[in-house]
Amino acid sequence: MPSAETLETDTGTDAIIALDAVSKSFDGARTFAVRAANLEIGRGSFVAIVGASGSGKTTLLKLVNRLIEADAGTVRLYGRPVGEGPGHILRRRIGYVFQDVGLFPHMTVADNIGVTPKLLGWPRAEIAARVAELLALVDLPPDSGVRSPAALSGGQRQRVGIARALAARPDLMLMDEPFGALDPVLREALGREYRRIHDDLGLTTLMVTHDVVEAVLLADRILVLRAGRIVADGPPHALLTGAEDAEVRALMDMPRRQAARVDALIDGTTSDE
Amino acid sequence: MNERLAAAFRVLPDYLGHHVALSAAALALGVALSLPLALAASRSARLRWPLLTLVSLVQTIPSLALLALFYPILLALSALSQRIFGVGFPALGFLPALAALTLYSMLPILRNGVAGLLNLDPAVIEAARGVGMSSGQRLFRVELPLAAPVLMAGIRTAAVWVIGTATLATPVGQTCLGNYIFAGLQTEDWTAVLFGCVAAALLALVVDQLLALIEAGAARRSAWRVALGGAGLIAGALAAAVTLMAAGPPAYRIGAKNFTEQHILADLIADRLTQAGDSVSQRTGLGSAVIFRALAAGEIDAYVDYSGTIWADVMHRTDHPDRTTMLREMADWLRREHGVVLLGPLGFENAYALAMRRDRAAALGIRSIADLAAHAPSLRLGTDYEFPVRPEWAALRAAYGLRFATSRQYQSTFMYQAVVDGTVDVISAFSSDGRIAADDLVVLSDPRGIIPRYDAVLLIAPQRAADTAFRHVLSPLVGTIDIAAMRRANQMVDRARDKRTPAEAARFLAARAGLR
Repeated sequence: MPSAETLETDTGTDAIIALDAVSKSFDGARTFAVRAANLEIGRGSFVAIVGASGSGKTTLLKLVNRLIEADAGTVRLYGRPVGEGPGHILRRRIGYVFQDVGLFPHMTVADNIGVTPKLLGWPRAEIAARVAELLALVDLPPDSGVRSPAALSGGQRQRVGIARALAARPDLMLMDEPFGALDPVLREALGREYRRIHDDLGLTTLMVTHDVVEAVLLADRILVLRAGRIVADGPPHALLTGAEDAEVRALMDMPRRQAARVDALIDGTTSDE
Repeated sequence: MNERLAAAFRVLPDYLGHHVALSAAALALGVALSLPLALAASRSARLRWPLLTLVSLVQTIPSLALLALFYPILLALSALSQRIFGVGFPALGFLPALAALTLYSMLPILRNGVAGLLNLDPAVIEAARGVGMSSGQRLFRVELPLAAPVLMAGIRTAAVWVIGTATLATPVGQTCLGNYIFAGLQTEDWTAVLFGCVAAALLALVVDQLLALIEAGAARRSAWRVALGGAGLIAGALAAAVTLMAAGPPAYRIGAKNFTEQHILADLIADRLTQAGDSVSQRTGLGSAVIFRALAAGEIDAYVDYSGTIWADVMHRTDHPDRTTMLREMADWLRREHGVVLLGPLGFENAYALAMRRDRAAALGIRSIADLAAHAPSLRLGTDYEFPVRPEWAALRAAYGLRFATSRQYQSTFMYQAVVDGTVDVISAFSSDGRIAADDLVVLSDPRGIIPRYDAVLLIAPQRAADTAFRHVLSPLVGTIDIAAMRRANQMVDRARDKRTPAEAARFLAARAGLR
């Protein structure tokens, strides 16, 4: 079975992803979606990227699997520049999940999940076994493989999206608002389920979210972006308790302030906040 | 009535076979050209607008004109290829029809293809990139399958257009279901016109339903529907090919222009060749300008033309020698310049003539074109499509100072009706037309002798000049058909009651001339 291990080179660091002065502009360098980003992400970590709309979260994520190409600087994966080979070959080794899922409507659920292994030339029987394994992993009924994506609920579709991203056994998962379209209850449950999968499989996950609570509760490390710059970077506890930047502090305070208002509502006392 | 229907059914395999083969080839070529273009246009916004505008422009050209335009284009290309590579190709028939119909089929396929490829869900495209598909894999595994239903709808529209428009291929010499319509229109045989329309409509309906099956199959991802529809289409195309191949290439091809007399004479010639054991096909409904070039290029083997037409249009002569000198000089010139053999005059003349209703002419006291000149400014002229641009008309106008109040053009059948019902006062008639006597018209005399002679002459293509068997079969026709016989034969076909087919009129002519 193909394995990402073969790609590893001895770089003297356990960083899977390394960004070195990476910039990206969509308007000819007048404004930057990502500006001079330096970043290292270690194996096994769960990193959340938060920030306002337009702060460059998605761009930063897509620079890693080259859905967006950097204008300047180098993105390294396992120590190797991502620009070395064709982008589509690179992407077969990286799981990618996004809010709209984008299941192929003309394929069954099983064919959707097996698409990357098929591109990699896995034997048919091995793909079938892997699909069955993944359906169980993301808690879908075994017979859902023959169904059409149109027959699934939103939560089920997102599970299929996660299974599809995991199919070729990638080490690295890139997730762009993966649970953003789901109702809060389902969103919470699926997030925790994914965190379990992340731990069980020893994945490295980079997840974009606008939801600070989700970032705080799921991630080991949080990056805060503002206007293309990484303005804060640290574990949830550190950012919740001692962020230097006032805006970052306000952002990280949001869950606590909301919780206080909810408590006040329950207690029957009014809050002016 | 039964005889007319039976005659229509006899030629159905030939007409339908050609129609199916032509439509299938044009549609296949249209799809093959449009798909890559649709793909390119969906990828490049800069290409999209010019391409879609261009094919839309093609669509605005009247289909008959588009078909006709390809004849001179292909003729020029063939001459060029002859000069450079030493091989030409036929500019008449299949190729111009194929080229025009292919262009015609492209708009719906291209437009739907672009729409189908551009309106895909962006999330699905992002997912296709995200899972690691190359741009080729994305196209074949995701984009084309998802655009297929919209694309198929475009192909369906194109198929119906092509089958309908293919009926207009008759005038460029391509046999098709349009032969019923064009011949029927000329000879006022409405059975034939209706037969052709119904046959084309039924064909379009069947093909449309088969394509609908494929479309439904593509939309519902149902392989058996696609297979069944595809099998039906392939079976139809194969049946057409087999029919055409079983018939084999005809030994001789006889040409005819698009009017009754020409249909009768082509049947007369074809009958004689068939009786002599040769196989014959007819290229009927050819345009007057097209037919001589087709003969000179060897695309037809023989046809009947008129001396005045050759003299003025082909030789560009403006003098008026006597009949014997004219025929001798013409024969010499044709042989020298084109290798065409003038076998001889058939014995009658079919000249342009100005004609009026007898009562109207008498009331105005008009007997000659000179008399007409004084009244012309208050009279309405009706002509066929060709007359207003012919040198005879220019010469007549100049010589007699003719100026009419209005001038209208008609398909010749309707031109006669227009003068009978008084919509026009004067028409450009043909002297051998049976309707002159039948409609009680008078032909105005030409006291200054401006209108040249129009002796019907039998012309033979260069490649048949040395074919003595062919000449032997045709030469008995020379000098055997007088104007009265020809008028009667024309009248048999054109009249509204007790109508006869051109073939029946041809047999009448043969019997009258003692040819069998």
